[in-house]
Amino acid sequence: MELVFAAAIGVLAGSGIYLLLRPRTFQVIMGLALLGYAVNLFIFGMGRLRSGAAPVLDPALGADPALYADPVPQALVLTAIVIGFATTALFLVVLLASRGLTGTDHVDGREPERE
Amino acid sequence: MTLILILLLPFLGSLCAALLPSNARNAEAWLAGTVAFVAAALVASLYPQVAAEGVLRVTIPWMPALGLDFYLRMDGFAWLFALLITGMGTLVVVYARYYMSPDDPVPRFFSFFLAFMGAMLGIVLSGNLIQMAMFWELTSLASFMLIAYWHHRADARQGARMALTVTGAGGLALLGGVLLLGHMAGGYDLDTVLAARETVQTHAWYPLALALIALGALTKSAQFPFHFWLPHAMAAPTPVSAYLHSATMVKAGVFLLARLWPVLAGTDLWFWIVGGAGLATLVIGGYLAIFQQDMKGVLAYSTISHLGLITLLLGMNSPLALVAAVFHIFNHATFKASLFMAAGIVDHETGTRNLQRLSGLYRAMPITATLAMVAAAAMAGVPLLNGFLSKEMFFSETVFLDRPDWQRIALPLMATLAGMFSVAYSLRFIHQVFFGPPASDLPHAPHEPTRWMLLPSMLLVTACVLVGIFPELTVGLFLRLATDAILGGEAPHYSLAVWHGLNLPLFMSVAALVGGIALYRAFLWRASETVPLLERIDGKRLFDGSLLALTRFASRLLARLTSTRLQTQLLAVFGVALGGTLLPALEHGLAWGTRPTTPAPPAFVLLWLVGAVCALAVAWQAKYHRLAALILSGGAGLATSLTFVWLSAPDLALTQLTVEVVTAVLILLGLRWLPRREEHYARLQRDTARARMRRLRDIALAATSGLGLAVLTYAVLTRPGPDGISPYFVEHALPLGGGLNVVNVILVDFRGFDTFGEITVLGIVALTVYALLRRFRPAPESIPLPNQQREQDAGLGSEAERMPDPAAALPAGHMMLPAVLVRLLLPLALIVSLYFLLRGHNAPGGGFVGGLVLATALLLQYIVGGTVWVESHLRLHPLTWLSTGLLAAAAAGVGAGLAGAPFLTSQAWHGTVPLFGDLHLSSVLLFDVGVYMVVVGATVLMLIAIAHQSLRAHHTRIREGSH
Repeated sequence: MELVFAAAIGVLAGSGIYLLLRPRTFQVIMGLALLGYAVNLFIFGMGRLRSGAAPVLDPALGADPALYADPVPQALVLTAIVIGFATTALFLVVLLASRGLTGTDHVDGREPERE
Repeated sequence: MTLILILLLPFLGSLCAALLPSNARNAEAWLAGTVAFVAAALVASLYPQVAAEGVLRVTIPWMPALGLDFYLRMDGFAWLFALLITGMGTLVVVYARYYMSPDDPVPRFFSFFLAFMGAMLGIVLSGNLIQMAMFWELTSLASFMLIAYWHHRADARQGARMALTVTGAGGLALLGGVLLLGHMAGGYDLDTVLAARETVQTHAWYPLALALIALGALTKSAQFPFHFWLPHAMAAPTPVSAYLHSATMVKAGVFLLARLWPVLAGTDLWFWIVGGAGLATLVIGGYLAIFQQDMKGVLAYSTISHLGLITLLLGMNSPLALVAAVFHIFNHATFKASLFMAAGIVDHETGTRNLQRLSGLYRAMPITATLAMVAAAAMAGVPLLNGFLSKEMFFSETVFLDRPDWQRIALPLMATLAGMFSVAYSLRFIHQVFFGPPASDLPHAPHEPTRWMLLPSMLLVTACVLVGIFPELTVGLFLRLATDAILGGEAPHYSLAVWHGLNLPLFMSVAALVGGIALYRAFLWRASETVPLLERIDGKRLFDGSLLALTRFASRLLARLTSTRLQTQLLAVFGVALGGTLLPALEHGLAWGTRPTTPAPPAFVLLWLVGAVCALAVAWQAKYHRLAALILSGGAGLATSLTFVWLSAPDLALTQLTVEVVTAVLILLGLRWLPRREEHYARLQRDTARARMRRLRDIALAATSGLGLAVLTYAVLTRPGPDGISPYFVEHALPLGGGLNVVNVILVDFRGFDTFGEITVLGIVALTVYALLRRFRPAPESIPLPNQQREQDAGLGSEAERMPDPAAALPAGHMMLPAVLVRLLLPLALIVSLYFLLRGHNAPGGGFVGGLVLATALLLQYIVGGTVWVESHLRLHPLTWLSTGLLAAAAAGVGAGLAGAPFLTSQAWHGTVPLFGDLHLSSVLLFDVGVYMVVVGATVLMLIAIAHQSLRAHHTRIREGSH
């Protein structure tokens, strides 16, 4: 489980970073989304992986921390997901505005000279 | 208490002055004058207390954790300075009332003037070195604003910038210096520092601290080689020159040197740094003053020279010299301010300050001329005036200097030379302006100004004469109070008298007078335009040159170190991040931990096989197949959501899932505006070798980073978890938060403030998106309808027929059936979203998820029904949702304050209501409702803003078609 989880993060992050280094704005926005998944999973993983132990208290079992998954990384990631959405939206709009103003979707706002 | 009032009054006055209308010249002057006068009276009223108790103190805790207090401290020296600042301020305000033209925007002038007065009082009353440095910088800022008062003039702007650069940089050095000093002395309050002479002077950092503090003081007091800013500061209105640049602000430097004299003085280093700078300034300033053509220029350089004299006295390491320095600070302030006032009057009445053009004004303005003559005589050191006394003390100190022989001979000679210069420029100032044939080509016919304008100058000149004749009677007490405060018990005995008998200092005075007159007669009848010998040394040119060189160096360095290209920057970011994590891993190795791993179920492996393929495919396809890439990235997101479900994070899974939907719709709406990129065109032109190399490099970097992150994750996951703060939250969620869903309790209760910040950010982003899109102009080739839509529309008649009918009960055409379904869905979705919201505290759900569900349902209406139709049937006010949500969350927080608890503490009410039965109400629910509303408002606002772009393009198209 841990190995698959780690590999998943690696693949998501690798694809994301590759895309972030590309010249077209749409590639960058996709890269940001992928890297976002990787980072969220990474932070979430810091609470260690557990199945069937959601941090919703069961009054019958009591509040023994050992019985539940770590709630703190989950709280962090939950807000990160929402903020990630906001960032994506903002970036998308900046991208559109830049495209409208400069006439290109290159990240630098101008086509590079052909070498 | 009085101390605080004295300090606060000018700042309050400054605020009031800024708010008065721009033509309220009299009201402004009355306000400023009253403030200054009351402050002066308050200072004066403290005299008995200061004389009896020695030091008055007021302490207000500032940063108690750091041992810093806001500490006001008034001893005799500070008292005398405070009196000078407030008293001189009162006189200058009276003068300024008549000097400023009715066209000048006076609120700005008096506002900064009073702010400066407050800042200057802050310097002298500070009992804490850091606090003093703060006020120090404040005076630099006020001076900047006042020099640039007539900001339409280039010389004013330039002079202000130069003054700020020089004194601001000096202030920075001073801050460093006092930090070192406080560290050495073991405290930043003045009492500790002043008592730590031995510790400080034997400390290894003493030279550095001294150099930095001297740098601050010398730049502020315009000492050589930093003197050049002061003549350029003369672009300020003359009242400013009289007040800031001769009487008070430039004295801050020497004030500081005198203040710290007991701690820092007494060493050879002090003698050479402070004394050396003072002597150089005294002589060079006096020499340059002789050749100035502008009345204010003469006064500026003479101020520099006199400040040099004070600095030199302070640098001589003798208590008597210190007494002379303090005495001269006040004498100089009186005669120089009145001379500046005279220069301003001449400028005001004749329209010029040029010494070449002015002549014979005595006949037209005898009172001004007489006042200026007396003040100039005091400046030259003529007996029976106050300038003579302190200069005589200076001469005698140079003679009795306790130094090696050559210095004992050189110093009196230099002092006499400087005295000659002083006589020569004073004589020239008076002789050229007021005597000789009456000038015929002046811009205005000269006449005496109104009496009120003469009054301040008259009072100052009277002071010069009275002090000059009866020194002991007039200022003896006050001077002793000030010097005793600095020197403590070791104050030397001295007598203030006009006649000390026939001695060497008297002979030096006579030599200076005679020599100065001879110098003027012999060489300066016709002053040349340039300064002989020193014309090549132009401080302004050096300053401009070094600034230019610095800017060039910085831009070259910037060009070397950075790139304006995003790809290069991101490459550097990821390269550095990779290197930074790789280095310690290579150095210490990275081993797996011992925590037992769990076997992966085949389904989980399969899930991530799909997820990984999706991610890689996105990377591969994002350039030419945007829609495919978007769908594939959704696949990776789905895998992520399922992982959350699998690994006990239902809240995350729900949120991720709903965010996925909204993000996909958002980007789909944006795709329309991106340029077409056809793969088969690109195929025609083959990639260059460089482009291939670049891609390979990026693949290598991305692969290494991904691998590194995977290894790091695995290394962490095989180690046991840390003893973090999580157990606390789990244990206390129910007793303290009253909820079973710990994640939700953390978000809305334990860490409610974070969440409050987060929803605020969400709101700001939504507003930014909205604002950016209001001015959106699509690229021209994106305006026509996409091919698919055009073909689809072809069967539906003309453009006008296709326009949706806002009044129809359902959208016409092939979307009618889905529209019925989606309309039915809306109330259901509303109930589901409320269900998630309300149960969130005890089960997976909450405001975020609920809000996103409702937003998705609303979006569906738009997608299926079309913007025009939906908006004619459904009144959505996303901005209202957004603001109401924020207010609700804030109200939940503030409500706690009403109950006496800290911000955002949860408050619950439990009771029985008729008909409803048992009811549990909590402020947390209100908070979560706020979150819910903000999420709905922000999401809908952003998506609608993008969706409307198509509509706008549509309108544009129709408008263009009708022409």
